[in-house]
Amino acid sequence: MAKPKVAFYWCASCGGCEEAIVDLNEDILKVADLVNIVFWPCAMDFKYDDVRKMEDGEITVSFINGAIRTEENEEMAVLLRRKSQIVVSFGACSHMGGIPGLGNFWDKKSIFESSYGKSCPSIDNPDGIVPLVSSQVPEGELTLPEFNNTVKSLDQVIEVDYYLPGCSPEPYLTMNAILKLLSGDLPAKGTVLAPAKSLCDICSRNETKPEKLSIEKIKRVATTQPDPEKCFLTQGIICMGPVTRFGCKEEGDGRCISANMPCRGCYGPPPGVKDVGTKMVSALASILGLDGEEEMSEKAVQNLMDQIPDPAGTFYRFSLPTSMLRRKRMTKEEN
Amino acid sequence: MVKKITIDPITRLEGHGKIEIFLDENGNATNAYLQVPELKGFEQFCLGRPVEELPRITPRICGVCPTTHHMAATKAVDAVYNVIPTETAVKVRRVIYDAFMMEDHLLHFFFLGGPDFVVGPDAAPGERNILGVVGKVGVEIGKKVIDMRRRLRSIITTLGGRVIHPVCGLPGGVSKGITEEQRKEFLQIAKDSVEFAKFTLKVFEDIVLKNKTYVDLIVGDIYKHKTYYMGMVDENNHPDFYDGKIRVVDPDGVEIAKFAPKDYLDHIVERVEPWSYMKFPYLKKVGWKGFVDGKDSGVYRVAPLARLNVADGMSTPLAQAEFEKMFSILGGKPAHNTLAFHWARLIEVMFAAEHLVTLLEDKTITSTDIRRLPTDTPNEGVGIVEAPRGTLIHHYKTDEKGMVTGVNLIVATVGNSAAMSMSIAKAAQNLIKNGVVNDSILNMVEMAFRPYDPCLACATHSLPGKMPLMVNVYDKDKNKIKTITRD
Ligand code: SF4
Ligand code: SF4
Ligand code: SF4
Ligand SMILES: [Fe+2]
Repeated sequence: MAKPKVAFYWCASCGGCEEAIVDLNEDILKVADLVNIVFWPCAMDFKYDDVRKMEDGEITVSFINGAIRTEENEEMAVLLRRKSQIVVSFGACSHMGGIPGLGNFWDKKSIFESSYGKSCPSIDNPDGIVPLVSSQVPEGELTLPEFNNTVKSLDQVIEVDYYLPGCSPEPYLTMNAILKLLSGDLPAKGTVLAPAKSLCDICSRNETKPEKLSIEKIKRVATTQPDPEKCFLTQGIICMGPVTRFGCKEEGDGRCISANMPCRGCYGPPPGVKDVGTKMVSALASILGLDGEEEMSEKAVQNLMDQIPDPAGTFYRFSLPTSMLRRKRMTKEEN
Repeated sequence: MVKKITIDPITRLEGHGKIEIFLDENGNATNAYLQVPELKGFEQFCLGRPVEELPRITPRICGVCPTTHHMAATKAVDAVYNVIPTETAVKVRRVIYDAFMMEDHLLHFFFLGGPDFVVGPDAAPGERNILGVVGKVGVEIGKKVIDMRRRLRSIITTLGGRVIHPVCGLPGGVSKGITEEQRKEFLQIAKDSVEFAKFTLKVFEDIVLKNKTYVDLIVGDIYKHKTYYMGMVDENNHPDFYDGKIRVVDPDGVEIAKFAPKDYLDHIVERVEPWSYMKFPYLKKVGWKGFVDGKDSGVYRVAPLARLNVADGMSTPLAQAEFEKMFSILGGKPAHNTLAFHWARLIEVMFAAEHLVTLLEDKTITSTDIRRLPTDTPNEGVGIVEAPRGTLIHHYKTDEKGMVTGVNLIVATVGNSAAMSMSIAKAAQNLIKNGVVNDSILNMVEMAFRPYDPCLACATHSLPGKMPLMVNVYDKDKNKIKTITRD
């Protein structure tokens, strides 16, 4: 029997998601045994044309990482969708827009200004030159792709069957996903292929977290050394654990937690949470005692909330394009 | 008839690097351009973030070298808060950094740039990759490479939380220290990496240095540019990847500047060209004279060979011996041979390995004194490290609450942007004659930029280091008259 066909593709990616596949180490050989990798531009020399020539649905699973930034990204995503039975959105950029999605706080004009304009302190550009889609050099014409204003997640341009979360996804999750999808025992469409738990659920620091927190001050790791055993929230340090899906380590605490740093939510929300920002606000309000017995007054809670530096950029660190905010006009960072 | 040849990794049109070569009516290459068709805008979207978050945000510039951005960012945040990290914290950061430099350099030598030599510049394209290397040196050795990298990366995972985008750097220190058990384990990895560095240099010796054709290529004129060089040095003018002053030497090897990171703007300026998203830095005091080399041109180079060119020697014995050997074979210092970047890279692997052993033999590294809390009001700071691909500059400004108001990044690869464009142009002019263009000639043109290990390029993010290429030949009316596809 012919082996099932698998494709890996990257859109606007930092390369970390590709490294995450390389980090399968010896397991990559197992994968190569089970499947026929028909397309993996970063590691193997297959052409777009090879994909175009395939029958619709000929590829069993395509893993697509990176955010959608250019038309090229979008075209490729559409093509792979047509040729694949299953499309897996791989990594935080593809899943939710990721860190590059923070660009949605801004637009092309301001991004060009900070790179090529006077606000860049090392620039020498009295004529205000900026990169152009088409420019003339003595020998002829040179072209560049257009810089797009908005970063999108994969499911904002094509239908996605499953998600492998994380910036970057852990190799063990990738391996499990491949085995699961090949087994034919398919999970429900839209499933996130990671444990259905929150980071707090498994966190060894969770027991240090009282039912109701009473924090006097929001602290920043810049000026505090985190206690290596206590829950970050108990210490007054914002940790996205309550609204983040577990999965970034096969066992034990989340990766950042185990390095004694608070979570920033790269695995996206656990089941049932639609918008991490609103959920985080309500989670904080609830642990801080806003609902239920008032251990703190509403005003005190509000006061604490106001102390959180850059709430939008913290809560939506990896998910701005798919959040309720989506783009710059809705944020207070505008001016 | 004017023809234009495009070398474009067709599988990755969205970015990372494109070479355009122009031919004259006789089919000789007149000029070549290395274009970077991508811009991410990190400098803009870091604005408004708490500055201590930048060591966690900027690594996403690149998933291949996230550790270097994490470290430059952490040092910049130290400077923003005007806090000096504790001695132990610096040692912990240095352990992470040495491990990172090695695994990254090894990736390049065995998987990306090395195949040109190990397998041969005119080998079939299908063999110019890691599998070809394994074929040449044996499967066992291929496994050894993978295993060495895995173990070095495990050090970063343990201390940084994650190897892809580590998180441990904080102003004044690190979030977590090293236990005695870990020290012992890492020390063993470090010792093994010294042996591995010896072995890698031996591979280079046997396959490259003992082959006259290769040596001729290295010392020959096609791959040579007499430029300025820049790199970070310690108080003895020996290379230091993590900290020190930036030293610049002229094409004769004479020191023309030695400056602290905070003064970088007195020495470096960047120009913009409309045909690339990448900027072109040059030495402010020398000035921009175009894409040319020589003493009058402010074009400088960074990365392994540049670092050794600016140094008076190496601070570890085995690396020192290799340093002397290389410069004696290349005919003295500075060496202008672009292909010798590959060689210098391996000498740096040796240096990092020996340095890592020294760090880990020191039992005080397990001290719990890993953080000095900042007390000053944050304002502005510059952090510089030597990335595998050259001097990397992070410069942040904040308000009095430490919220970011300005970011300037000069990414390592960008330091070589002008030189890379010059290198491919020179190689093309020398190699493409009378309209004869074939795959091996094009690879030899690419070989002119691969020594720089450019992070913008497809090659950097691809394991086997193979760029699928499409070559379009246009007549003077821009009609495509020929397409060469490399497969
Ligand atoms: S999800 Fe993270 S690792 Fe993957 S491409 Fe995006 S930034 Fe890189
Ligand atoms: S908030 Fe963070 S530290 Fe606290 S239990 Fe949840 S994941 Fe752990
Ligand atoms: S702890 Fe949070 S931010 Fe860190 S890797 Fe896990 S999910 Fe991502
Ligand atoms: Fe990089």
